[in-house]
Amino acid sequence: MTHLSIKGLTKRFSGQTEAAVADLNLEIESGSLVALLGPSGCGKTTTMKMIAGLLEPTAGDILFDKQSILRIAPERRGAVMVFQNYLLFPYMSIAQNVGYGLKIRKIDRAIIDQRVREILELVRLPGLESRYPKELSGGQQQRVALARALVVEPRLLLLDEPLSNLDAHLRFELRDLIRDIQQKMGITTVFVTHDQEEAVVLADKVALILDGKLRQYDNADAYYKRPADEETARFFGGQNFVAGRSANGVFEAPLGSLSLPQGAHEGSGILTFRPENVRIGAAATGENSLQARLVDKIFMGTQTRLRLSVGDETITAIANPNDVEGYLVDQEVPLALPSSALWVLKN
Amino acid sequence: MSQSQLTATSASDVRARHGFGRVVFYLTIIFMCLMLVLPVIAFFINAFAYRWFYPQFMPNEWSLQAWERLRLIPRSGDRGIEGFISLWTSVPDVVSALGLSLFIGAVVTGISIIIGLPAARALGLYRFRGKRIVEFMVITPTIVPPIAFSLGLNINFIRWDLALEAAGFPLDLSGSIIGVSIVHLVPVMPYVVLTLSGVFANYNPDFESQARSLGAGPVRIFWDVTLPAILPGLFVAALFAFLVSWSQYLLTFLIGQGRVITLPMLLFASAGSGNNAVIAALSLIFIAPAILILLVASRYLSGESSAAGGFGRI
Repeated sequence: MTHLSIKGLTKRFSGQTEAAVADLNLEIESGSLVALLGPSGCGKTTTMKMIAGLLEPTAGDILFDKQSILRIAPERRGAVMVFQNYLLFPYMSIAQNVGYGLKIRKIDRAIIDQRVREILELVRLPGLESRYPKELSGGQQQRVALARALVVEPRLLLLDEPLSNLDAHLRFELRDLIRDIQQKMGITTVFVTHDQEEAVVLADKVALILDGKLRQYDNADAYYKRPADEETARFFGGQNFVAGRSANGVFEAPLGSLSLPQGAHEGSGILTFRPENVRIGAAATGENSLQARLVDKIFMGTQTRLRLSVGDETITAIANPNDVEGYLVDQEVPLALPSSALWVLKN
Repeated sequence: MSQSQLTATSASDVRARHGFGRVVFYLTIIFMCLMLVLPVIAFFINAFAYRWFYPQFMPNEWSLQAWERLRLIPRSGDRGIEGFISLWTSVPDVVSALGLSLFIGAVVTGISIIIGLPAARALGLYRFRGKRIVEFMVITPTIVPPIAFSLGLNINFIRWDLALEAAGFPLDLSGSIIGVSIVHLVPVMPYVVLTLSGVFANYNPDFESQARSLGAGPVRIFWDVTLPAILPGLFVAALFAFLVSWSQYLLTFLIGQGRVITLPMLLFASAGSGNNAVIAALSLIFIAPAILILLVASRYLSGESSAAGGFGRI
């Protein structure tokens, strides 16, 4: 159980003007599972490598339980990284791979064998000890890599895109497995991902990094209800942004006057609401009712995606197919924006 | 998996072609076999022939006179175990030359790998300013004629010897095994560095980071991760290094000043003697290690653990 603090962490690679990571501050609670989320090249893997000690920060500090670890060699930090492409040693058997960290620690052979067996059971790969990496599927290799990291009981577990090389059903399986094991062992875990869904489902808290800067560090649902800025909202699939002014709990915009939830930002701002929170057609009841013209309608199976125009604004909505059955393009459609779904971004 | 330059142009790729390409392929193989095998057969016949003159297709008489002259086989009538022991314990020139060639070859191979490994790693893995210039410098020994640099080097060796002696450290570079070993490094280094940098170009250093993250220190990482990954390539580089050193005549002659008698020195000396049987016998001794090493190496040169191994980039 390790509390991780990152203070003013900065990394500037030589020959580059922009910092790969700029003044990053993060507090990661002991035993929690945190996602570093961002598009590729945003500096999240760089951050992880600095935590693991594989890269030297330009400035800032990293603390495990309030003690700076920058001067501790990577092999003594106890921050074990699992790479995106597993990196199982090809000439070692699965047992040798998993037991490698223990062998380095000069632990008794019999104990190693036993621990390896236990951890392979934990990742649900019992009996594969004598196999070799190339005989295993990608999902199995990923789990062996995970077992190899877990078996040394690290202070901190670092996972680089743990699910990205796997196909859909394996992703779900491994996601649950990581979550279960992390809860069971209580290891503080940081993982890097570019997939917001993966971050939301797996992590206790999500740190969104864009262009080397931390944009928001919050519980997953906050990104949907209270995004920090437009870019953050867009990264999480937000598509509706309406410029206007908010005063006394009412947002004044070309599409009308909309009542806001309590505590909303006052002054000029950008109103945002998620496509799935727009009530439309048969469901368009309650406050903030508007009339819109249907521009485009795409049936996607379990949901229907619509584009609507209200005055000069275009709104994207996702609706239950039953609610919008019968509405045709260019027809008038009623819609409602419940105040609880509205959020005003500072301009 | 490991994709090496060697397997990329392996026989199976060529053989996959049809018609004309196929004919050319087999003709090439046959031609190469003839080029390599025929001389060796000729050596064998010559080495055991006695008075083999022009119109005869095969020698009329066979003998061991060449081997007797080289003092490797006792004269007839004395070919008991004792004869062999007394002859061999007197250390025939051929045996001492063979030993010296092996010794210098081994030393040169070891040193060239120790120097070449870090250089090859830097060239194979990293991009840096002036890399092209360094690469060019590495291959210059294959371009500059040995006579050009070795004469200059010998003058310097003599100068340093005198300076060292004056300073109270008598150490002979010129005319010594040390000097010859150093000068052998000149033609050897390009082969070692180029072979190994090819290995490192195909090597994923993240494996080292992974081991480090799991708790391995630098020394352990080298033994547990780096070495197994580059071992096949290292083996090929060592092979090149040894064979290049093994076949040096001019450099040994110039720097050794006739005092360092390796096998090529004997071979060239006997080439002027006009005794074909002795030349052939010496040649056989000279090529024996090369063939032996190649037979052992063929295991590594083909198949999965191919020369330019590395772990590949997955």
